[in-house]
Amino acid sequence: MTGATTKAVGSSHRRGDATLFVGGRGTYIDDVAVPGVLHVAFLRSPHAHARIVAIRTAHADAMPGVVRVVTAADLAPLCKGWQTSQTYPGYVLRTQYPLATDRVVFVGQAVVAVVAESRALAEDAVELVEIDWELLPPACDLEGAMAPDAARAHPDLAGNLAYQADVGDPENRALFDEAACVVEAAFRFNRQTVMPMETRGVVASYLPGDGSLSVYQSHTAPHQLRSLYATHLGLDEGRIRVICPHVGGSFGAKIHLYSDEVATVAISRLIGRPVKYIADRMEALLADIHAREQIVTAKLALDAEGRFVAWRAETRLAMGAFSTHPGSSVQEADEAVRLAMAPYRVPHVGGRLEVVFQNKNIVGQYRGVGHPIAAAIGEHLIEKAAAAMGFDPVALRLANYVPDDAYPVKTRTGIDLDALSHQACLRRLGEIIDIPALRAENERLRGEGIHRGFGIACFIERTATNAPSNAHIRKATAQDGITLSVDPSGAVRCAISVTDQGQGTHTVVAQVIADELGVPFDRVRIVSGDSQATPYGSGVRASRGTAVGGELALQASRELRAVILEAAAQLLQTGAERLSMTDGMIFPAGSEEGNGISLADLAEVVHFKPQLLPRGAQVSLSLSRHLGHDWPALVPTNGVQASLVEVDVRTGAVRLLRHWAVDDFGTIVNPLLVAEQVRGGIAQGIGQALFEELVYDPGGQVQNATLADYLVPLASDLPDMVIDHVETPWPHSVLGAKGAGEAGTTGAVGAVLNAVNDAIRPLGASITELPMTPERMLAALNRL
Amino acid sequence: MSGIHTIKFRLNGRAVAKHVEPRTSAADMIRHVSGLTGTHVGCEHGVCGACSIVLDGAVVRGCLVFAVQLDGADVETIEGASDSGRIAALQAAFVDRNALQCGFCTPGMLLIAAELLSREPSPSREQIREALSGNICRCTGYEAIVDAVAAAAKVKP
Repeated sequence: MTGATTKAVGSSHRRGDATLFVGGRGTYIDDVAVPGVLHVAFLRSPHAHARIVAIRTAHADAMPGVVRVVTAADLAPLCKGWQTSQTYPGYVLRTQYPLATDRVVFVGQAVVAVVAESRALAEDAVELVEIDWELLPPACDLEGAMAPDAARAHPDLAGNLAYQADVGDPENRALFDEAACVVEAAFRFNRQTVMPMETRGVVASYLPGDGSLSVYQSHTAPHQLRSLYATHLGLDEGRIRVICPHVGGSFGAKIHLYSDEVATVAISRLIGRPVKYIADRMEALLADIHAREQIVTAKLALDAEGRFVAWRAETRLAMGAFSTHPGSSVQEADEAVRLAMAPYRVPHVGGRLEVVFQNKNIVGQYRGVGHPIAAAIGEHLIEKAAAAMGFDPVALRLANYVPDDAYPVKTRTGIDLDALSHQACLRRLGEIIDIPALRAENERLRGEGIHRGFGIACFIERTATNAPSNAHIRKATAQDGITLSVDPSGAVRCAISVTDQGQGTHTVVAQVIADELGVPFDRVRIVSGDSQATPYGSGVRASRGTAVGGELALQASRELRAVILEAAAQLLQTGAERLSMTDGMIFPAGSEEGNGISLADLAEVVHFKPQLLPRGAQVSLSLSRHLGHDWPALVPTNGVQASLVEVDVRTGAVRLLRHWAVDDFGTIVNPLLVAEQVRGGIAQGIGQALFEELVYDPGGQVQNATLADYLVPLASDLPDMVIDHVETPWPHSVLGAKGAGEAGTTGAVGAVLNAVNDAIRPLGASITELPMTPERMLAALNRL
Repeated sequence: MSGIHTIKFRLNGRAVAKHVEPRTSAADMIRHVSGLTGTHVGCEHGVCGACSIVLDGAVVRGCLVFAVQLDGADVETIEGASDSGRIAALQAAFVDRNALQCGFCTPGMLLIAAELLSREPSPSREQIREALSGNICRCTGYEAIVDAVAAAAKVKP
């Protein structure tokens, strides 16, 4: 044995594709070149709710350069429409179509498509389409959504309620009436969106000659798209190929299927020519999934010793005009109510969720999906209770946590939790921050008129959704697969169903393979994102790349290693159990390297000189494996974040000074990539806390659908962030990794909310509406 | 308004002639006529910085410049800056620090960072954050980019 090799797992390997991106050599959806491609532009609804009386397309159709003007009537024979794939008992659904049929139900809904020789010509022709509208009353008021006289988002609805559920324990008023202390708050989480830098886009090519369809799409789940296009367009799934090229960010935006995407593919089917649609930024802000919009009331009861006695949260989610597809809009509210207070021992936990139709765009699954709200409401009330009862907020949490050694547990809301570490994470946070000194400094500065606040939020997330999920999403949460093969050169090829949008899935999977197989990291090549080249699976969503893809890679690599060693044993005339492979060299244990054989030489023999091997079954240096039923449906993770802010009470501006995170992602395969996932996630959580809001007026018009007006965090807005870890390996996999992609976003919202309230609490003020804009801050401070 | 204009300019050090409509943006021409797709279009109204190009030595938004305005100009894209080695230290620092994830904002970040280092060889973190604050990154939270620019500043002669 040489024994000097560094293990790849646990080291900060740099991403191979990063060297492409720094030269501008990525291939994103708009860079995909298809000869003869035509361009699609959409006429989108200017109204929140209106009947389409007449569409006149003659002028547009006659414009030079226009190939076809397409309305719902043209696509009706090709597509029957669809509803969400993730259903719940009693969930009221409305069918979506590629283009609006007789009514529009939100501003930005696609109504007419123009196909032309260039995008500019297509946009010109959109201007020539004339539509007569009959305006209908819009349903946009969330508080009043269920009033008997409220406008209905769809005229045939009995009411705007799409779904309701009671979660956990029934309400027990006595527990709150008799408690030593009850804290409560009404929260408002305003509507925001995802805003990946690259907008969505599709290039579709249907060949009438053989009925085959090729789709390039900026998306994270090519197999899901293939199945959905087959279903919705009535095509043979076996003749559909979906390729996801480099994806310029998703964060949830690109796990869904949108009507404009189905329309684009259907148009290629209709006209038999390749077509391309790239959303512009305004379309992205209007029609990419929106997120979060909920009004929540919550209350926490404590006994005199500060033990949590009871918790209740009720939320109402503004779903929009439809449920997202394939995963449903309900998740955002359901996860928020189910996960709130999950880190703690609370004897009674109950809640209720209502999901309502609105004449607004659809709310879907943005990074964190409900978990940021669960953490914000629970952690806010814990710090409020600590202030009210005079407890130290850290001590109050430690006194109420489910102890780290008490897992597995099931929450009162039915969630299975295992291998979590709230105590260890909070203690670690206390090691990297001198919290008493920091609070003392804030107190001293307050005497100088400087209003600083420090806040903590801990959280649980459910990550790495997998096939046996009880929240099964048809055609979306599938069994994942991997194919490993050794080329004649000894290079290892891995085709895998999880994908990479820059988070580093490929790098992580290659690290695992390098270690488990015993080959150099740079001899492993990963292929993903192509339905024709990779085994079926769910792609990436819910922080599953490493937990699922890494485990697949580990299990398949161990099996392939055994095959390789068996073949080498035959050539070396020894027993496979005596052989080992390191850095691509196979040799008997304890012997000199010269007595062995390289993987490249072995592969040469297998591919080109099989006669050197004994007769019998042909050696196959290639195998496929899948993760199926023995794998838990969801992997829980936990963490804690802290934020230090300064509030300018004259302007209402909140300045972020410092941010800390301690997470438990189980086994960390690549510390560099994990830390940057957390930092990027924190930035988005800070965006939700302070900046990001899509403002609808009461008539359903979006007031700020430009990047100049929809504010995302900039470099000058954000603080440096300290990232640390506790590692409790996931006990139900061999690799032990948990999801890391969303924790940053999940914890940051509550941490900043608590820090801001800590800063203004001595002024008798509090704020529970997000984002905490200067205007809202001044209102909270009673200075408007 | 309409009609095709012929423009002549230097693109990444080479003289070129292109035929463009007056309404075509510089970013669209560079991407779709010249085939240099490292110039990314993120917002089309000058906010995000993904379409940054270097026009006569200054970093500008390719979506806010018409292609016809490039006539007679000297234009450098990310491909040119990369091939010339001008930004090699920054590129190496970005890869080493993982200062990019999806890579969509990265060309613009590199060009604006190079401009900063050309006028301020040893910038403070605050100066770096200020210089980058016209370019949106949705993946990183910016800290790794700030680190990478600071590291590249130390490497530069």
